[in-house]
Amino acid sequence: MAQHAIELILFRQLAEYLSIPVFLVDPAGDLLFYNEPAERILGLRFEETGEMPAAEWSARFKPTAPDGSPAESESLPLVKALTTGRPAVGRLGIVGADGIRRSIEVAAWPMIGHGSRNLGAVAMFWETEA
Amino acid sequence: MRITFWGTRGSIAAPGPETLRYGGNTSCVELRINERHVVILDAGTGIRRLGQALPDTIERVDILLTHLHMDHIQGMGFFPYLRMPHLEVTLWGPASATMTLAERLARYMSPPLFPVRLRDLSVRLREVPGAEFDLPGLKVTSDYIVHPGPTVGYRIEGPFGVVTYMPDHEPALGVRDFPLAPEWTSGHDLACEADVLIHDSQYTHAEYANRVGWGHSTMRQMVAFAKLCRVKHLVPFHFDPARTDDDLDASIAAAVAHEKPEFPVTPAAEGASIDLGN
Repeated sequence: MAQHAIELILFRQLAEYLSIPVFLVDPAGDLLFYNEPAERILGLRFEETGEMPAAEWSARFKPTAPDGSPAESESLPLVKALTTGRPAVGRLGIVGADGIRRSIEVAAWPMIGHGSRNLGAVAMFWETEA
Repeated sequence: MRITFWGTRGSIAAPGPETLRYGGNTSCVELRINERHVVILDAGTGIRRLGQALPDTIERVDILLTHLHMDHIQGMGFFPYLRMPHLEVTLWGPASATMTLAERLARYMSPPLFPVRLRDLSVRLREVPGAEFDLPGLKVTSDYIVHPGPTVGYRIEGPFGVVTYMPDHEPALGVRDFPLAPEWTSGHDLACEADVLIHDSQYTHAEYANRVGWGHSTMRQMVAFAKLCRVKHLVPFHFDPARTDDDLDASIAAAVAHEKPEFPVTPAAEGASIDLGN
């Protein structure tokens, strides 16, 4: 596997020290990393999965609309950040790999690196009251 | 191809009796490709003596700057080949997010810091990193590596093999258990299986605790990084200006004893050369 861009490496290293959940994907939406606080909400340790294609992680961590109905993928903040290149925020539900449904608020933004390289997107999120 | 070290010191020149063996000049390494072409890695104070030593047969000079900290550019104004319009001289180096390479270099190459302006020199500027680029008979890859401000490392490939140059590099920054997997390690792809890796070795293990984030490696981290990258020969470089020759010998020996690499480790000494692929 090729080495990731330095901006992603540094962001992962920062994320490992943060107490807020962080979820990092590449330009194709494939999962690169999530940190320990995210593991608690996603119900699965990153070390057990490693990097995952978008289709795989979206099946394991099922995002829903806030009311629990199926979510349109284009409505998800992370997808918006990836596809529009602009920050996005939103509320949604997520069913983790442990089968538990949680409500979260998400702020996502594109990872635009040095020289305006598109490196993917990052989501930071919080668990909220349902 | 012959690699010659003209400046091995980091941060600031450190001449004196205590640095005679490894040298006091700041970063500058010569890759003598042939009698017509020379590639120069950084333009620290060591480049002044290199300028006096090059033969009259040189027609092309490529200076690859890793970054624009003073210890890597201070010798530029004293390198006569930048004032020889009949030669093909190119400076390669990183822009920043908001300034071109020319704008950044001109901050130093202009009064009051220096009497000669960059625009008065006979030199082409090319920005890195970008796509791989070719020099005659060579393929050069550059990429950002961990160090404050835009900083690149270089991988130079030719019929002689692969030389990788990362004089200022802190791949262990923020890593609890260094090294991580190759894909999450700064500089890995540049250094992977290099025949010669010239790498930052500024600090001792004990010193690092108070210097995290300053952009440099400990000697142990350097050896661990080289092991991860499966290099064939490691050349510690960019020595702390306070490190005496005897201190350096002891510190590197300790790092080697701790990490037990299977490849040779040869600290760069000013004036010393390594022949590759001859």
